[in-house]
This record gives sequence, C-alpha cells and structure tokens, in this order.
Amino acid sequence: MTARLAKTICSLAAVALTTACGSYSEIAIETPIRPTLDVSGFQRVFVAGFVSGGSEDVDGNLETTRLLRSQLRTKSALRVIDADSLPLQDVATEGRASDQTPPAVVKDEKDLDAYSNLFANVEYWKKIGEEYQQPLIVTGTVLFIPHQRNSIVQREDEVYDSFGRRRVVPVRTYQERKGFVLSPKFIFIDGRTGTVMHSTTAREEILYNANQATPALSSYFELMDRVIPSFLSTLSSQKIKGTRILLQ
Amino acid sequence: MRTATFVLAGLLALAVAPARADARGDAKKQVEFGIAVAQKGLWREAIYRWERATQIDPSYAAALNNLAIAYEHEGELAKARGAYEKALELEPGNALIKQNYELFREINDRATRKDNL
Repeated sequence: MTARLAKTICSLAAVALTTACGSYSEIAIETPIRPTLDVSGFQRVFVAGFVSGGSEDVDGNLETTRLLRSQLRTKSALRVIDADSLPLQDVATEGRASDQTPPAVVKDEKDLDAYSNLFANVEYWKKIGEEYQQPLIVTGTVLFIPHQRNSIVQREDEVYDSFGRRRVVPVRTYQERKGFVLSPKFIFIDGRTGTVMHSTTAREEILYNANQATPALSSYFELMDRVIPSFLSTLSSQKIKGTRILLQ
Repeated sequence: MRTATFVLAGLLALAVAPARADARGDAKKQVEFGIAVAQKGLWREAIYRWERATQIDPSYAAALNNLAIAYEHEGELAKARGAYEKALELEPGNALIKQNYELFREINDRATRKDNL
C-alpha cells in the first residue's frame, strides 16, 4: 500500500515538474542604458591627456588617450578631435612655488592628489575649450602599478588509487601572485565654461602566477577592457544584452 | 445561527472561486499572447497584453514578471523594478522570478551608479 502511494506521489510530482518546465520560455533582451552625462550640447570631444604614473613599462597617458579616442570614434556620436595631448604635468607645475610643486614622477595615489588643482583650474580649461571650439574635454589621472599578493589558490591535481583509477582532486595551495592594479579617474570638463561636469573612478586588478611572464602592456589593455564599458556609458547610450525567463 | 454563518461563508467562497478562476483564465490568455508577440520582437504589444493581464488578475505573478522583462527591454528601469518587486511579493519563493530580478539589479545598479565629484 505504502509503495503504491509512494509511486503515485512520484508520478504526480513528475507530472507537476513537466508542467512547470513547459510553462516558461527563455527570451533574449537588450536593455538600453541612458548615458550618465547629457552631452547633447557638444558636437566634439577632446581627449586632452592624463596625468599618469606607476609602472614605467606603460605610458599611461599616451596609451589611455589613444585608446579612448579610438573607442569614442566608433562608439559615440561625438566627433573626436585629433590633436597632441596636453602636457598636463608641466602645466600643473607652472607658476607654483617649489614647495607646492606636484611630484614629477607619480608613484602612487598620494602623488596624484597633488594634481587635483589642475582639473579645478577653470580658466585653463576654458582657454583650452576656446582653442578647440568648445568641445567636451576628457582628462583625468591613470595609475598603473605593479602589484603582488600571496593568496590561497585552488588547483586540480590528478591522483591514481591502488587500482590505477584516475581522480582529479582540488588542492588548495598558498601561492605568490604578481600582477597590476589600474586606477583611472576620468574627468569630464565643459569646454564652454571650463568647469568639471562629472568624474568617475575605477579600480581593476589582475594577478598571475609568479612564474608567468605577462607583458605589462597586455595587462594594461586587459584591465582597460573592463573599464571601457563604464566610461562609454557616461557619454553614449549602451545596450546590454541578456536573457530572461518569461512565465505563463 | 452559527451553522448558517458557516454555510453562507462556504457558499460565498464557492461563488468567488469560479470568478477568480475565470479571471486567471482570461489573464492567462493575455499572458500567452504577450509571450507570442514578444518572441516576434513586438515588445510594445507585449507590454499592452501583460498590463491587461495584471489588471484582470492583480495577483498573477507571472504576468508581472513578464511585464518587468518588457519594461527592462524598453529601458524603463523604474517600472521594471516595481513590477519585479510586486511579482516577488506575490511569489517570494519563485526561483525564476528571483533569477530575473537579480540579473535586472546588476544592470540597474550599473545604470544608476554615478561617481560625482
């Protein structure tokens, strides 16, 4: 009797499961995200350059300027101004007493803080804006520093038992890992007024096994790849693809 | 007297139950039609159908879930959040609605995140 009851319950559960499975369907969607910043008043964008520091293997100013310009050319409606990037580190030191001069070589975030006055210099940015027909100006700071951390890493090891059967077991080991941290700060300046409209910061890190030799430039591009979508969503609308479950 | 009250309550329940079943049946037709048109890319029509379904049967969590998805697709994120939250209020244990909502929240957080100076 009990066995029969159990059998009935099982079959009912199977029916319920099948019905439930048939009552939903997956659908692809594209969610449009409006830009954070209203740039409708601008026709042009000038990526003016960055105060950069950290690793000597990558020129953060040059690479970031070039990368952002190329991304904006293809993924934004604004016309990108092709001009030499501004010598921001020199501009920041001009007319300053020697004890107030920001460090010429930027090693960490503290060094970058000394440049904050540069981005608040309304007169300077207004002048730049006039020079380039009042565009939206993109500038900021980029810190790309080597990073090292010891952490527990899980890897899979093959083991064979006494019968010669192969098994894969997870093994946790303490390992030295090396990589980089990228911390950009993007500042958007209104070329008509010289004032800061918006700023956004990011922090991304990547770590490799200590014996793996990955070029600094590759790591830089890998990390910038993660930052770029959020940078672009500030200026232009984005569509995020995904799937959802429709229910009946 | 007490027995009469119970009988009356029972009759009322019996009278309401088919009405509810009718509402769910009508709403379900709207939901199914909505799914068919959404799959053809006609999202505005789907929204209309799922809104109708939630008007007919406000306790229909699946209709609210689908409506939330359509709002998401149209970029109406505040409306989407409202619909998801209502759907989860109605069916807090529904794993599929929860999953949709989690995915929505990732996008919504990204869209609303502003690191102003």
